[in-house]
Amino acid sequence: MSNSHASTLAAAGPSYFVREHHPENGTLLGFWLYLMSDCLIFACLFAAYAVLGRSYAAGPSGADLFDLPVVAVNTALLLLSSITYGFAMLEMQRKKLRAVLVWLAITGLFGAGFLTLELTEFAHLIHEGAGPQRSAFLSSFFTLVGTHGLHVTFGIVWLVTLMFQLGKHGLSAANRRRLMCLSMFWHFLDVVWIGVFTFVYLMGVLP
Amino acid sequence: MTDHHHDHDHAHGHADEGSHSTLKGYATGFLLSVVLTAIPFWLVMGKVFANPQQTALVILAFAAVQMVVHMVYFLHMNAKVEGGWSMLAMIFTLVLVVITLSGSMWVMYHLNHNMMPTPVQQMRDMP
Amino acid sequence: MLASPDLTHLIFGRLTWDAIPFHEPILLATFAMVVLGGAAVVSAMSYFRLWGPFWRNWVTSIDHKRIGIMYMVLGIVMLLRGFADALMMRAQQAVSFGDAAGFLPPHHYDQIFTAHGVIMIFFVAMPFVTGLMNYIVPLQIGARDVSFPFLNNFSFWMTTFGAVLVMASLFVGEFARTGWLAYPPLSGILSSPDVGVDYYIWSLQIAGVGTLLSGVNLIATIIKMRAPGMTMMKMPVFTWTALCTNVLIVAAFPVLTAVLALLSMDRYLGTNFFSNDMGGNAMMYVNLIWIWGHPEVYILVLPCFGVYSEIVSTFCGKRLFGYTSMVYATVVITILSYLVWLHHFFTMGSGASVNSFFGITTMIISIPTGAKIFNWLFTMYRGRIRFEVPMLWTIGFMVTFVIGGMTGVLLAVPPADFVLHNSLFLIAHFHNVIIGGVVFAVMAAINFWFPKAFGYKLDAFWGKCSFWFWFIGFYFAFMPLYVLGLMGVTRRLSHFEDPSLQIWFQIAAFGAVLIALGIASFIIQLLVSFMKREQLRDVSGDPWGGRTLEWSTASPPPDYNFAFTPVVFDNDAWADMKQNGYQRPLQGFVDIHMPKNTAAGFVIAALSALVGFALIWHMWLVAGVAFVACLVAVITHTFNYNRDFYIPASTVVRVEDQRTQLLAAHV
Repeated sequence: MSNSHASTLAAAGPSYFVREHHPENGTLLGFWLYLMSDCLIFACLFAAYAVLGRSYAAGPSGADLFDLPVVAVNTALLLLSSITYGFAMLEMQRKKLRAVLVWLAITGLFGAGFLTLELTEFAHLIHEGAGPQRSAFLSSFFTLVGTHGLHVTFGIVWLVTLMFQLGKHGLSAANRRRLMCLSMFWHFLDVVWIGVFTFVYLMGVLP
Repeated sequence: MTDHHHDHDHAHGHADEGSHSTLKGYATGFLLSVVLTAIPFWLVMGKVFANPQQTALVILAFAAVQMVVHMVYFLHMNAKVEGGWSMLAMIFTLVLVVITLSGSMWVMYHLNHNMMPTPVQQMRDMP
Repeated sequence: MLASPDLTHLIFGRLTWDAIPFHEPILLATFAMVVLGGAAVVSAMSYFRLWGPFWRNWVTSIDHKRIGIMYMVLGIVMLLRGFADALMMRAQQAVSFGDAAGFLPPHHYDQIFTAHGVIMIFFVAMPFVTGLMNYIVPLQIGARDVSFPFLNNFSFWMTTFGAVLVMASLFVGEFARTGWLAYPPLSGILSSPDVGVDYYIWSLQIAGVGTLLSGVNLIATIIKMRAPGMTMMKMPVFTWTALCTNVLIVAAFPVLTAVLALLSMDRYLGTNFFSNDMGGNAMMYVNLIWIWGHPEVYILVLPCFGVYSEIVSTFCGKRLFGYTSMVYATVVITILSYLVWLHHFFTMGSGASVNSFFGITTMIISIPTGAKIFNWLFTMYRGRIRFEVPMLWTIGFMVTFVIGGMTGVLLAVPPADFVLHNSLFLIAHFHNVIIGGVVFAVMAAINFWFPKAFGYKLDAFWGKCSFWFWFIGFYFAFMPLYVLGLMGVTRRLSHFEDPSLQIWFQIAAFGAVLIALGIASFIIQLLVSFMKREQLRDVSGDPWGGRTLEWSTASPPPDYNFAFTPVVFDNDAWADMKQNGYQRPLQGFVDIHMPKNTAAGFVIAALSALVGFALIWHMWLVAGVAFVACLVAVITHTFNYNRDFYIPASTVVRVEDQRTQLLAAHV
């Protein structure tokens, strides 16, 4: 990736210098590496759930508490939000700023829908006496699912911020990189959710 | 002395806009994900297998496959992105996730089995 | 004013005047010294009008060289604090036998050993290692800065504010009394309801974010910003060890973040992860914290192996022996470090199958390190060895670390560990490897690279004094602990009944005094060198006959490091250039693209520390407001699209011409 203008001032032999060198931008790789570290945080939370997930302390279990149809709806909302973000990226490639903003907004709404349903579920559980303090199972449930929800929340804040920045600076190189980072983040959250609905909810209701 | 002010939309990072997405790619990924989600939900809610361990293994397998689908179709994961470093980072992370999860479960199972108190009834039954 | 107690409580949480230790003479004396010292520094800075330059050129700097130096300063300051803790422990253990209770009650002693461990690992060793990597790696790979200069600045301030929180615990409240890893249930809310463990949690969480981001930064830098021609297998060995270290950081620190978060949830929200009842399992904390903890010690030692490789090849005048095997050994250590963690708790009852697995993996991991020792020895063989101060530290390391490594392999045998776990033998072992491995490397590295960073060498006489005091002091301080451990003495005790043990503790205390002289010699070395800097001046940029690219720059390097990016053809790129008669370019300089300084990192880190302090003291309102402010600061920073500038070609010409003249005048 460098413009190798060999310096004509060097002695005979290999030229040891290059006049201009533009190192590759590391933002996408750096963000991917950060996502890998985030993956490991989730791995620890999954491990805690794996170890503590059947410690009901004579309290309610997953089978008692989980409402699978609601979880299915939530899964659908998140998956749809992934697609709509994908559409935003397609419009970004076509350099259609207006369309990008529309799809981002729809993505944000799906995400907000996901969070609303999840918060309602949490409130309901707490109201029933099945809050995070009730048992180790519930502590690890709320923490794992809640951390995912926190990530979605930050994703939405980022999404809204980015919409303002797109309004201000359009589809510049920096903004395109930011869109791609948010894309990675958003899809990554959906990948984690696959783990959550499988390992926590579906396996949680199994005896 | 030449003045080199670059248009930073092109000079830096021109090689790594990432793989290009296509509508077909997203649609395929979406459909696969729907199927790979619906089946596990059906297996559990419909109590299709009698053996819960079997159900668990099957739905975990579906989850693994769907994660790969997301990686390929949504995250455009392949061995060429970022000169192969993305793939390497992901594989390394995956190995560590497996070690963390399985290692913790193995260790904690043994610790619990050896060190947690014996239930009262079992104590009474001991010679 | 705040008449209503409810309002006071709302704003100040559980922070009251009782938190200030008016009744502890040792702390009051320390506070007095800190205030006097601080006042002296503040007055000097005001008198010499240094606040402006300090803010503009250091606090807001995104230059990896300045950030690297600041990390080293942080490490040195915290070394003094951590070592003061060590001296106090040695003094207490040397006198407290039978009826003599010593001068430190257990309540205070327990905080000291906890703080000693936390500070030495997180706020001395980590900053030193991070500082070295920050300063050296971009120069070694021919780059102008790291991939994410702003993040670099932010990471530094997060680490520093973590240290500030620990230091604050001296004078406002107390520190944890749980040991440096804070196992529950002792660290849970029932057994430790006071602020100590909260100080521990938040200072480490804040510093941990800094470290993690620094890890991402350096990996991206090494992958993306190498000079043309520098393939992975042509990178300097220090850069390779830095790469593996940062991979370990990115892979391990999330685990620490998660575990401390779970502990904090138990303490703040009443969850049951590690409680004794309601389904909790305290052993899960131990399991997770050591999944972090073992890679952590390799994070500390791998860059040190890289330092030794650079020093050995330079001062033996030879290419490093076995470059390829060094690289492979480093990568193997990186991966294996994830498969040994249980050896820290063999005695917790996981049983024979688990213990033997981890015992075997622990023994296997010693092999690549052994390979490295042989490579260094083979490099020295038939080399023209120059016993400069960095080389002395390196040879001291080879002897000391091998002993420590061997006691490690001994501990790796589970039945042996059942006898020696948590005894003074263990303490001796890890100090053996950390001091021999990490501290000696840091001292070697400082002596080695100081001329590059500041343009003059460090005084060799005081450097040798420092080395000999440290080296001899280490053996006097820690060999008795091996003996005591084998006799069955447990760690973390502040009082003993058996008078036959006392002589060993007294010898150890003598060793600690020698080490204190070693540290004092180091400080004197810094002062004397500064005063004699013109005599010690190096203008060539290459005082040792170095082999890697950092030695091709001026000392100190210009802001932009390299006017023209070097092209690399072989390992030991600078040695190659010198050998083949390179010509330093004298003209044709162009504008250089550089990142701008910014206050955002400092501000966001300061606000994070405020959130931490508020959470510690249950000042919920302040915590909430500070958190929102932090978020606003972050978002505001993202709206800043104006983050770079160009150093005009004329400036580059001027700087390079100055160097040309300097080189010509001193040929």
